[in-house]
Amino acid sequence: MLRSRRAAVLAGGVALTLALAGCAANQEPAPGGGGGAGNRPDIPAVTTLPVPADAANPAGNGQAACAPTTTLAYAGALTGSNAQLGVNIVNGVQLAVNQHNQNNPNCQVQLKKFDTEGTPDRAPGIVTQVASEKDTIGVIGLPFSGESKATGAIFQQAGLTHLSPSATNPDLTKNGWTTFFRALANDNVQGPAAAKFMTGKLGATKVCVIQDDSDYGTGLAKATNDALGPVAADCQDKVTTGQKDFAAVVSKVVAAQPQVVFYAGYYAEGAPLDQQLSTRGFQGVFLGPDGVKDPEFVKLAGDASSNAFFTCPCTPGELVPQFADAYKGVSGGSAPGTYSLEGYDSATILLKAIDSGAKDRAAVQNYVKSYDAPGFSKQFKWDPSGELATTKVFGYKVENGQIVPVGEIG
Amino acid sequence: MLVTHLLARGQVLAQGPDWISFDVGAFVDQFWSNTFDGLTYGAIYALIAMGYTMVYGVLQLINFAHSEVFIVGAYALFFTLAALGFGPSAPNLNVFALVGDLVLAMLVAMLAAGAIAILLERVAYRPLRRRKAPRLAFLITAIGASFAIQYAIFAWRGPNPEPALIMFRQQPVFEVFGAIIYDQQIVIFVAALVLMVVVDQFVNRTRLGRGLRAVAQDPDTATLMGVNRERVITLTFLIGGFLAGAAALFYVMKVPAGVQYNGGFILGIKAFAAAVLGGIGNIRGALIGGLLLGVIGNYGQTLFGNAQWTDVVAFVVLVGILMVRPTGLLGESLGKARV
Repeated sequence: MLRSRRAAVLAGGVALTLALAGCAANQEPAPGGGGGAGNRPDIPAVTTLPVPADAANPAGNGQAACAPTTTLAYAGALTGSNAQLGVNIVNGVQLAVNQHNQNNPNCQVQLKKFDTEGTPDRAPGIVTQVASEKDTIGVIGLPFSGESKATGAIFQQAGLTHLSPSATNPDLTKNGWTTFFRALANDNVQGPAAAKFMTGKLGATKVCVIQDDSDYGTGLAKATNDALGPVAADCQDKVTTGQKDFAAVVSKVVAAQPQVVFYAGYYAEGAPLDQQLSTRGFQGVFLGPDGVKDPEFVKLAGDASSNAFFTCPCTPGELVPQFADAYKGVSGGSAPGTYSLEGYDSATILLKAIDSGAKDRAAVQNYVKSYDAPGFSKQFKWDPSGELATTKVFGYKVENGQIVPVGEIG
Repeated sequence: MLVTHLLARGQVLAQGPDWISFDVGAFVDQFWSNTFDGLTYGAIYALIAMGYTMVYGVLQLINFAHSEVFIVGAYALFFTLAALGFGPSAPNLNVFALVGDLVLAMLVAMLAAGAIAILLERVAYRPLRRRKAPRLAFLITAIGASFAIQYAIFAWRGPNPEPALIMFRQQPVFEVFGAIIYDQQIVIFVAALVLMVVVDQFVNRTRLGRGLRAVAQDPDTATLMGVNRERVITLTFLIGGFLAGAAALFYVMKVPAGVQYNGGFILGIKAFAAAVLGGIGNIRGALIGGLLLGVIGNYGQTLFGNAQWTDVVAFVVLVGILMVRPTGLLGESLGKARV
């Protein structure tokens, strides 16, 4: 008797307060709910991408000959919480190898895949194993900056060339490694490109830069802030990996009323930040880098994600029809993702090294070092440290729950 | 003079090295909005802290698996809301349908969390109690159970959080000291407070509550007086689970994409700290501790402009208070908490 009365009181009390919510929720959006300048810029999606007619193709001329033991390897995440990026890359790599082997009956290159789970503590053991297999003369990997940093010296010692399709930390090329090459712009390029995009196409006169506590986020925020200058000088904040509630940051941003919030970090924190900003009346643009550009972002931010733009040193492979169609045959139907095209181009360069007659690691290294030819994503020519001479950064946005490219931004 | 100096907008007191700086201007500007946001989040801490505090009060056991009781409730809530048609956009429902849906989802979450709490007690703690195991064994079992549930969810749902479910669009209701109060804040704060008052009254005024207090004070004497100790323990876990399930509703309301296998971990640590801050084993202490921790965390973030300081500030305050009052703000005992 007593218990049921208590239960009734409890249910009643909760229902009452929830009813309060409902009343308020049913009202039309009140004006002046808080910061942010309205009039979000409308930058149309692009649907075509110019590709050089002479872009390096893995099929080659069909006349290549090589030893049947010739092996390339992919090392990077295939499982674990960051697996999707690795899967995007490995599908591009697999496609390049398949196309090569179909067209070159006398040169069947083997592809071995090694799973690092994307972690710097697991990668060194895996890479040591890769390096110990003498038939492996070139590697595509490693995708992440942290694991690349932890394993570069092992590759260097083994004289084994590796092309990273996605590691962006600027310091990776400052270690004196001669076997490391990356197939994209580093964060010292992405940051200024993002700054130019914000003050240019997005028309921002005031920007808030929020960074996480990772090497990636802090480095990128610094490069972006340096390029933004006074536009972002008095609106800065730092969040931490794993944070879910951003109330204090949101208050600061809403009070500052910027046109753009740039978040230097990953989608796991970026998505709830964007969601909480939107629900508190922020009406500007949320801009995230390649670490935020992921379908998972759209899922976790809900419909708040419609205010999101992204910068990424990744070329949109989905706009290269001949690549996108063939890719679906390898990936089981899904469209190319972030860094699929960079994976494809990286593998193509190593395959061309093999086709040119390179039989050992030293010959592959020499070939890549002096390589200078267009790929599907960009022109590939490296300086001695392993940085590309010419780089591209693309803009993306969320449209109807999908991430679509808006063209090159730097 | 000093005050005007401190109040200058964006004043940075200790510049130079990048690792620490104070933004007193922002701290003052956002004082009230941080306070109200902190109270909202603190109310969620407090609801979860109740589970820690009650179990400790009755058993002197720190139930580290309570954060997983919470996350099981959050998953139950997620699936119920998803089945009711909630998605990435706020639904177009009238007030009664919305409240009905939310109450239903909350009840399911409460039942699921309550069930897992009782199951936990039966499987992990009761066998140890039967064998009169030392305290340390309970603690290790609690940690083990926490990991077991966490990784069972990981194996089932994978590493990524579940998609966001938006319950309703937040609307500003009124303004206090220049800070806008949103309906969501009112709902969370008031509903959490109501729930805690109900539990407090239940413990202090009902027959079952008296039994609970009796066991907390002196289990042997209580048993001699005819109180069924095992039943009281089950009840304690059940109430803790119910409150964790309710907390799941308010947490997902605030963080729509917060349902993740390890999503309860940090929250659990904060809630436990809140329980200690208020005086572990003390129901009203859990409330005070939770609210305080929520508010202090927000102040820290704004003052230092860096969320890494949120926890530092919160825990420095915790240590500071425990040095002055070693048993927490309101003292330790559940049995004595009837002032």
